[in-house]
Amino acid sequence: MTLNRKLWLGIGVLAILSPLGLILPEYFKAGAAWGEWSPDEIQRMAGYLPSGLARLSAFWQAPAADYSWAGWPEKGLLYAGGAYILSAVAGIVLTAGIVFIIGRLLVRKTEKTGTH
Amino acid sequence: MHIPDGYLSPAACGVFGLAMVPVWATASRVVKKTLKVRQVPFLAVGAAFSFVIMMFNLPIPGGTTGHATGGVLIAILLGPWAACIAVTVALVIQALLFGDGGITAIGANCFNMAFVLPFTGFYIYKLVGAGSAAGSLRQVIAAGIGAYAGLCAAAACAGIEFGLQPLLFHTANGQALYCPYGLNIAVPVMAGEHLLIFGWFEAVVTALVVKYLIHTQSGLWIEGHTGGSA
Repeated sequence: MTLNRKLWLGIGVLAILSPLGLILPEYFKAGAAWGEWSPDEIQRMAGYLPSGLARLSAFWQAPAADYSWAGWPEKGLLYAGGAYILSAVAGIVLTAGIVFIIGRLLVRKTEKTGTH
Repeated sequence: MHIPDGYLSPAACGVFGLAMVPVWATASRVVKKTLKVRQVPFLAVGAAFSFVIMMFNLPIPGGTTGHATGGVLIAILLGPWAACIAVTVALVIQALLFGDGGITAIGANCFNMAFVLPFTGFYIYKLVGAGSAAGSLRQVIAAGIGAYAGLCAAAACAGIEFGLQPLLFHTANGQALYCPYGLNIAVPVMAGEHLLIFGWFEAVVTALVVKYLIHTQSGLWIEGHTGGSA
């Protein structure tokens, strides 16, 4: 097996294991990362909702916010985990694809200038 | 460490967005010069690794969560400028599609995780590993220490960015307009939780992958990657 294939196998294993990043925080009753609370949580913690934060927090509605989508987390752990894995696969493919294209565009130009 | 929309003022977002423009330009220029065609697929795998490892949220029981980034690993393997591009793309996808990190905060998040993190980690790795033989235990440990330092430095930066907001942007009666927690809380918490917990995870992950890859000769490594032969 080529190294590249081994590495991609590793990425695949990580994608399948990724729901651990969802289950472990839930099991250990850990909340959001520090500084990544929802406006409701801030209101509760700080006693008020900063007005600029309230205005900007809805700046962008991500299509798969929190690596999930409407309805699935409520259907139980299997669906929540499934959405997480599908999000991981989509993110991996997009990220790797875009970096590959950027890399090829950048590096191809170098060869034109005749370094080889 | 993905700062969401609304925690940083538009002015702060603008400053970090502008600061990243020359960084991205330099990254493109350096990568164009130093990266080889056969290394491009490895940079893509590195970016994928960074994306997925950031989904592994580690809990502090009853408290918050954090994660590794893989940014120092990419920097050690393919250079910090290449790591900057790979992590930037991962962060943009996370913000756009998954709402992990704000769109307005993308400059700040890239400054922390795609610039401060890989560069701090890379140079600490070079410093600690200087003179070590390729594949030596010291090189592997240097990779771990670099990863730990890189993540903690990025977390401290995020803490400073959070903490400056209430100081600079508040109403006449002192209510914060954006992040409500000042430097006295944000910096110790962000730096502390990464120094105590999450930094170790980044260190172990980075050291293990470096140990596994250190003997491969598939053009994965940038030239002069070993501390001593550079």
